[in-house]
Amino acid sequence: MKYVDEFRDPELTAHLLHELTAATTRPFRVMEVCGTHTMAIFRSGLRGLLPPEIELISGPGCPVCVTSASHIDAFLQMAELPGTHLAVFGDLFRVPGSNGTTLAHARARGAKIDVVYSAMDGLELARRNPDEQVIFPGIGFETTTPGIGATILAAGQQNIDNFMVFSTHKTMIPPLMALLGDPALAIEGLLCPGHVSSIIGAAAYQPLAEQNHLACVVSGFEPTDILQALILMARQIGEGRSEVENAYTRAVTWEGNGRARAMVATIFEPVDMEWRGLGTIAGSGLAIKKEYGGFDAQSRLSITVPESKEPPGCLCGQILKGITAPPSCPLFGRRCTPSSPIGPCMVSSEGTCSAWFTYGNETR
Amino acid sequence: MTQNIPRKTVETILLDHGSGGLASQELISTLFLKHLGNTILSALEDSAVMDNQLGRLAFTTDSYVVDPIFFPGGDIGTLAVHGTINDLAMRGARPLCLSLGLILEEGLPLADLERIIISIRDASLSSGVPIVTGDTKVVPRGKADKIFINTSGIGLVAEGVEISATRAQAGDKIILSGSMGDHGITIMTRRAGIALAGDLRSDSMALHTMVQRLLAGLQPGSIHTLRDPTRGGVATSLCEIAGSSGLMIEIEEKCIPVRPEVRAACEILGLDPLYLANEGKCLALVAPDIADQALALMRSCPEGAEAAIIGTVTSGGRSSSVHGASDTGPSLAVATGRVVLKTTIGGTRVITPLHGAPLPRIC
Repeated sequence: MKYVDEFRDPELTAHLLHELTAATTRPFRVMEVCGTHTMAIFRSGLRGLLPPEIELISGPGCPVCVTSASHIDAFLQMAELPGTHLAVFGDLFRVPGSNGTTLAHARARGAKIDVVYSAMDGLELARRNPDEQVIFPGIGFETTTPGIGATILAAGQQNIDNFMVFSTHKTMIPPLMALLGDPALAIEGLLCPGHVSSIIGAAAYQPLAEQNHLACVVSGFEPTDILQALILMARQIGEGRSEVENAYTRAVTWEGNGRARAMVATIFEPVDMEWRGLGTIAGSGLAIKKEYGGFDAQSRLSITVPESKEPPGCLCGQILKGITAPPSCPLFGRRCTPSSPIGPCMVSSEGTCSAWFTYGNETR
Repeated sequence: MTQNIPRKTVETILLDHGSGGLASQELISTLFLKHLGNTILSALEDSAVMDNQLGRLAFTTDSYVVDPIFFPGGDIGTLAVHGTINDLAMRGARPLCLSLGLILEEGLPLADLERIIISIRDASLSSGVPIVTGDTKVVPRGKADKIFINTSGIGLVAEGVEISATRAQAGDKIILSGSMGDHGITIMTRRAGIALAGDLRSDSMALHTMVQRLLAGLQPGSIHTLRDPTRGGVATSLCEIAGSSGLMIEIEEKCIPVRPEVRAACEILGLDPLYLANEGKCLALVAPDIADQALALMRSCPEGAEAAIIGTVTSGGRSSSVHGASDTGPSLAVATGRVVLKTTIGGTRVITPLHGAPLPRIC
């Protein structure tokens, strides 16, 4: 398959691995921020092929995983209101709220909930069902937000007033700033998320690199993309540099996508946001502006977000911070599996625990 | 000059059609017997009586609730015939006959029902397995989704044929009879209303003829295990085999046939074709010395034209846990046996059974 096979070429991979080994002069820890990276590294079997000096730690970049239990509770509240119809991303379906209830449970009890592939599908659902209040729980980072914003604009243009979004959208840089302030993390390299970077641009990591003496490399998601990024990183670390480099030039520019950012800024404004496991981080979320309040489910339906209660024993918070690896969690693989997840990191296919469970840990 | 005749209202299934009364009889004679009739079924007795069949019987049942009911490559009717035939074939049985149980939702257009019955007839005729008994019930609107079908099947297992997951042996070669994921991705994209370029089609197909040819052409006892990787896909079927036999299975990603359209759709939706359903494929675990011969035989059949050897059964199974979590609690991981995939780039990863339904990821 074009644009895929060439980036999974075994010979090229072997060559890059050789180069990476040569560039790695001492042990170092890298955080891969994005859940898609975590999954790609496991799925391709790359984890077992890397030089042993490189320690990979998964970061907080799985949008489902960082959605707080209180926000799931709010989604459940909305699902159970009369006349509502939720349109949700598939991997949100099985995430437990504070008391272990999921949207899948709510649907089994009679709530109207459909899995959709984009917010636009939710808008279509609203158009077809004018008697219902169709609500799209907005989750995700800079990659997802422009699509949701465009849907809100489209709803306005088409005068569809029974479509709403409950925004829990998040931005990537503030939590990274907060995490990197913790000396316990002790990472020297950051594998920056390719999709998010296509919007925010490689330049966005400049302050992180400078303030934390961190080698930041933007990476794509194929095995050779990740290897190329790690080679650049190993060289920076070996030479004592801490710069931002872009190893995903076929998708990411230095400035990013200004048009998408402008559109997001038209509809959303920064707000303090609660993250699962990380607590509330100032300015890390996006709320719908007053001018678009008609599409804001939280204000229109007067939903109060309850206080989060984390499941007892669940270490998702520590795992999202990169402090603990999944097998150290007492629930992992016993009470918490992808079939009956307790914490969000086990639910999403991009979640760190799900990746460790699905693809095993014996390769490293 | 022609006159516009008002169109007759669409005829639908009514509760009366399931009453057992006249409407039921009319449906049976004008639709079911018209298309499916044969000497045993048309006798309309309370049960079908088959001639004395000497030998061991295989007996299986399966229910079909697929949504959408029509899809490229087949419909719920073809699945109901092929699926049950394939379950018989996977034990090496020669299918003899099928039953057909229908649960219809009030309001189902009669034209849709007839289209499905015609598919059932065509699938039954082309596979040479008659429907010999049947039943129809109608439930009020909303109590079922359009149509649910159950088929049971009886087959005959020839002397000396012993095919079972427990018979997998170290050294066995694993053959997949063709490309994987076609059915699963077709249904998922249809269900989601996603229009993807390319020709995505279900692989719904009966495999018993190919299996009989393999049994006839290969040394007796050399086919150890057959499985049709339906729901849960090739990954889950291999995990089941590894679990039943307590052995280890190694497969090679680059050897597993996947059609480019299916791969592309999986890449877009974040799905793994190893976990997608197939409705016309089988996994065959065969003795290594006849593996090439088995592959050639399969490839000579239209059902197995794209067959490939995808891996090997190795000893050294009986690993207690994939996740090292078995010491202090009941691990839900695979208890015995394991499946390992060698990836295209030369890495390895452990394959676990499907957990829950495959869900598309958000980004």
